[in-house]
Amino acid sequence: MSFDLNFIGILIGAIMASSVPLILAASGELITERSGVLNLGVEGMMIIGAISGFALMVVTDNLFFAVIGSMFSGLIISLIFGFLTQTLLTNHVATGLALTIFGIGMSAMIGKNFVGIPGKEFPLLFVNLKESIPFLGPIFFGHSIILYFAFGLPFLTNYFLKKTKTGLVVRAVGDSPASASNQGINVSLVRYSCILYGGSMCGLAGAYLSLIYTPQWIENMTGGRGWIALALVVFATWSPIKVLIGALIFGGITILQLHMQAVGLRIPVQLLSALPYIMTIVVLVVISRDSRKIKLNTPTSLGQIFYKEK
Amino acid sequence: MEVLLIKIEKRNDVSRSIYFLTPVLAIFLTLFGGGIIFYILGFNPIEALKFFFITPISDLYGLSELLVKATPLCLIAIGLSFCFKSNNWNIGAEGQLIFGGIVGGGVALLFYNHDGFYVLPIILLSGAIGGMLFAMIPAILKTYFNTNEILVSLMLVYVAKLLLDYLVVGPWSNPEGFNFPETRQFSESARMPILFDSLRIHAGIFITLISVFFSWLILYKTYLGFQIKVSGLSLKTAKYAGYKGKTMIIIVFMISGACAGLAGVGEITGPIGQLHRNISPDYGFTAIIVAFLGRLNPVGIIFASLIVALTYLGAETAQIFLQVPKYTGQVFQGMILFFLLGSDYLLFFKIKFLGLKKNEL
Repeated sequence: MSFDLNFIGILIGAIMASSVPLILAASGELITERSGVLNLGVEGMMIIGAISGFALMVVTDNLFFAVIGSMFSGLIISLIFGFLTQTLLTNHVATGLALTIFGIGMSAMIGKNFVGIPGKEFPLLFVNLKESIPFLGPIFFGHSIILYFAFGLPFLTNYFLKKTKTGLVVRAVGDSPASASNQGINVSLVRYSCILYGGSMCGLAGAYLSLIYTPQWIENMTGGRGWIALALVVFATWSPIKVLIGALIFGGITILQLHMQAVGLRIPVQLLSALPYIMTIVVLVVISRDSRKIKLNTPTSLGQIFYKEK
Repeated sequence: MEVLLIKIEKRNDVSRSIYFLTPVLAIFLTLFGGGIIFYILGFNPIEALKFFFITPISDLYGLSELLVKATPLCLIAIGLSFCFKSNNWNIGAEGQLIFGGIVGGGVALLFYNHDGFYVLPIILLSGAIGGMLFAMIPAILKTYFNTNEILVSLMLVYVAKLLLDYLVVGPWSNPEGFNFPETRQFSESARMPILFDSLRIHAGIFITLISVFFSWLILYKTYLGFQIKVSGLSLKTAKYAGYKGKTMIIIVFMISGACAGLAGVGEITGPIGQLHRNISPDYGFTAIIVAFLGRLNPVGIIFASLIVALTYLGAETAQIFLQVPKYTGQVFQGMILFFLLGSDYLLFFKIKFLGLKKNEL
């Protein structure tokens, strides 16, 4: 019995690990969307983060630089999006799509010389505790520092949005840019900052994949996780804590399908893989049906261009 | 010290010449940007760009390949232009393409070893209907449940991909195929006629051209087209005029889904000849760029589809000659859209140079 319990603990630990990139990217995108900006470039920013993290790790042999560098490159690439949507007032949807397409191409070009290089071992914390405590050990211990950060992030984000003045400013800009602007808030500056923050979190999410989760560089290795992160923000109705829960569900399905064949269940793997997407659509329908409910949750100006006559 | 004074003013009207010239500007900026990227990667930029944009179309085979790739791109983009013109963000054309391919492919397998002139038209029609029905999901959810069509249409892309994966691995896989994830090769009666021997260009190009003509007819010569344009320019005006918004949303999604489905079934009955996992190199997503680059105008879209098709071919050639990954084409596609959207700024704003002035510090 104790063996089974330990196995379940390991399974939960694995689910947590697979949900980390989703939590990071979705938490970043959540802040961006709360400021009224819809950035569909999550996938592109993640993959750029993944390759720059990995490339820096190979070149500098320093994991710290690699992680910081991946966040920085996510930030730089989101700056393109920020400049276009905020300064040149382009359409958010089209610009975000361009960012994803560009990011996937660019990462493959940069990553050409990094294919097939083995990754470096990323230090895991409390490994001895993981092995000595059954069940709870593999759940709480033996993870990378990024995982602990990711699991704290939704709570920090929640605190930031609900309890701090800056958080209030972000929400005000997202809900009514015109009135925020009348109050003397620099809408464009707030949105720029939120876009850059979102970009850096997506970069980190990508680095988690290429440095810790997979650890190596594979072309197109994010494999649609950026889109899931986007769906997750809606799934969570723009609430950071629900992002955490949603990411665990989505991560759970990923792990489940890996173990399906082993257990010998006869549900097609593809059906399980499709579940997160179908569930997101169902949740969207449920929250959107009631127009009052969606107004309460959705940043009112999401995806709309704001132009202040000077 | 002297500084250049610049004043930015909002334009009162959009100049038509700039409207169609900015895409050309965007293409030149993309070539320039691409040259810089190639230079950074250690290639001779002129050589590399030549491999990318000239070599692929310097022979008859290359030109035929260009048209093979432009055929689906143009068709999907034409459909999307109906959605985008009316402010409906269907970004799931890739899913509609795949679903159209699945339905059409299923019918083609039903007619396996079956001869008759009617086989191909039935397959094409069922593919178009498949894409149309798939596009109606986000449309109906948007009209009746107020859901965001961007996210729904996008999520459905993955559902369609996984469904295709399931079918070609499982129930539809070739019984004599040694468990390869692919169906049987369709019979000859289910294949698009090839136009010239030893080239891959097929009759699908006529379907695309006919669709371009009809879309022009609908958009510019019918009341429906007028309604679509008005709704795109101002939703309030459309409501005030009493247009049936819901019906229109469903119609534009149906048109664009049918086009994407037709493109999908055109691919599997044309160059591919069977169903497998990768029936489309993201044509559905790339067609969004085509639609924008063509300014949502049927003739513009024809030109845009040729240019974007060239980035696909260029990436293939560059992969062989420069050993760069095939994803390089996406760098160019992304850049075109970046520059195009960015240069739209010139449409709405005038940049005035007021000359040099002494800066008093």
